[in-house]
Amino acid sequence: MRISYPTSVKIIKVPCTGRVDIIHILKAFEGGADGIYLVGCLEGDCHYLTGNIRAKKRVKYLKTLLDESGIGGQRVSMYNVSSAEGLRFAEIAKEFTERIKSLGPNPFKLNKIKSTRDSGRGGI
Amino acid sequence: MIIADRKPFDEIMSMLAPYRDILVLGCNECVTVCAVGGAKEVAILASQIRLRRTKDRISSEVHEKTIERQCDIEYLEELKDTIGGYDAVLSLACGCGVQFLGERYTDVLVLPGVNTTFMGVTERHGLWTERCQGCGNCVLHRTMGICPVTRCAKSIFNGPCGGSSEGRCEIDKDTPCAWHLIIERYKKKGMMDMYMEIVSPKDWSTARDGGPRKRQREDMEI
Ligand code: SF4
Ligand code: SF4
Repeated sequence: MRISYPTSVKIIKVPCTGRVDIIHILKAFEGGADGIYLVGCLEGDCHYLTGNIRAKKRVKYLKTLLDESGIGGQRVSMYNVSSAEGLRFAEIAKEFTERIKSLGPNPFKLNKIKSTRDSGRGGI
Repeated sequence: MIIADRKPFDEIMSMLAPYRDILVLGCNECVTVCAVGGAKEVAILASQIRLRRTKDRISSEVHEKTIERQCDIEYLEELKDTIGGYDAVLSLACGCGVQFLGERYTDVLVLPGVNTTFMGVTERHGLWTERCQGCGNCVLHRTMGICPVTRCAKSIFNGPCGGSSEGRCEIDKDTPCAWHLIIERYKKKGMMDMYMEIVSPKDWSTARDGGPRKRQREDMEI
């Protein structure tokens, strides 16, 4: 199956979505990511039993942290896809990319670049 | 252990507003266990502050550190060469840690990042509940190991009151009536006689009513 998805999506492999911590995602936003989504196995199919359920709860909490930070909770999402659903994976990649495009770039990244230019130092 | 809650983010941001260089300082004990002020929460809050300040175009440096205990003078010492370099320190320790840090470093501005809420237990992952108010004169031996001071909303010693219904307290249906629990245990152990005993009123001077408390062991002093 040769299914294409937007090239702006960069995949980071983890053993289980349960491994993804809140700080990993915050650091990714500090690193300039415009949006981040987790793709876990279908609920009930987790090899580690509840990894994907825990990831879902973390994403929910993370949305509040991102709203507080002014980055916006809409920039994170969690999806559940089985390894046999290549088409669905590509669809999600497109859907999420569209959402992030409509939100525009990560405001942290924009201002960081500007302040580096203005002051000649890191800004933060 | 001592349980705390992170302060609302906006409150933290307005507290920090006048300061540019900030240290977010965690504590490795109670507040780590209740997931509010350990190294992990320090990293998360520092990241949030950086994201927000940069978004709002506020020039700032946010540093992170976590020490073993902020309520112990020997662990505060390790900060002595660095702590003077920040405009403010946001401590994620309980109120004891925040105060003690400020007492040790009187030139440093120490701000609280958490609301210290109670002394309690981890009932399960993610759920902490209150058990003791440090009344200074424990009665658990008379109340079957259930604290009426803390777990009875009225802290009464002759419960249950008229608000107890089907084992629940009138303040909300999720709160068990402490006196209902106590009586159930008396019955189970065949110890209802203890409930019937008349006891003298509790001396509250050992609790907060007697002012700030201290404990001293001269044999331990160096
Ligand atoms: S400073 Fe507070 S949170 Fe930290 S160890 Fe001491 S009592 Fe516990
Ligand atoms: S009786 Fe006093 S010391 Fe004992 S558990 Fe209750 S509040 Fe704590």
